Amino acid sequence: MLTLTYQEKKSIVSLVSVIFIFISFCLYMYPKYPGGGLESTETFRFWGSFVLILTLVSIIAHIIISIIFNITFRMMTGEKEPKFEDELDKLISLKAFRNSFFVFILGFLMAMGSLVVSKPSQVMFMILIASGFISDLIGSATRLYHYRKGV
Amino acid sequence: MGKNLVGNHIRKLRFNHDEMTQQQLADKVGVTRQTIVALEKGNYSPSLELAFRIAHVFNLPLEEVFFYGDSTREK
Repeated sequence: MLTLTYQEKKSIVSLVSVIFIFISFCLYMYPKYPGGGLESTETFRFWGSFVLILTLVSIIAHIIISIIFNITFRMMTGEKEPKFEDELDKLISLKAFRNSFFVFILGFLMAMGSLVVSKPSQVMFMILIASGFISDLIGSATRLYHYRKGV
Repeated sequence: MGKNLVGNHIRKLRFNHDEMTQQQLADKVGVTRQTIVALEKGNYSPSLELAFRIAHVFNLPLEEVFFYGDSTREK
């Protein structure tokens, strides 16, 4: 039977919650998309608020999910979650951040590239948001990979 | 991920020290149980400081706890 440690379970929960939060938020915002011109002020306001609210919602949702996860973990296993990060955790965090940052920068450059080839500004925003989402996923997936397979 | 070249006898030593649990060893050396699990599986090479702390818990020199080379050298 597959046995998972606290950190592995936490990485899986993080991975699932990133997908859940992003898809839920996109479904919530989709009907609010302004139907006007592509470059109108309303469109820019929409994308600006999309990024800001998504950031805020993600932070709050992650905190709530983390608290619920810890309570559930304690109840299910009778163990307490680790209160500190040791050298292995820090090394894995660094690797996850490196991969996540690399993906985001790649997305950022692609977003700028879309402006260079005269794509509408909404394409740039979509690439930026998608790269933020994928970089978050990559970070969680890297954590899970290294906790299972080693460093 | 390739296996690390630094191996160890931690599992055997724990057993020989009153069947010390992974959590007990983790508490003594100041890491999480996950790290002890990773060390025993050969998935992680510890820092020099952690290696010394583990050897100190077992009252052994470093080279009797850790070895460099493939698993065929393990006692």
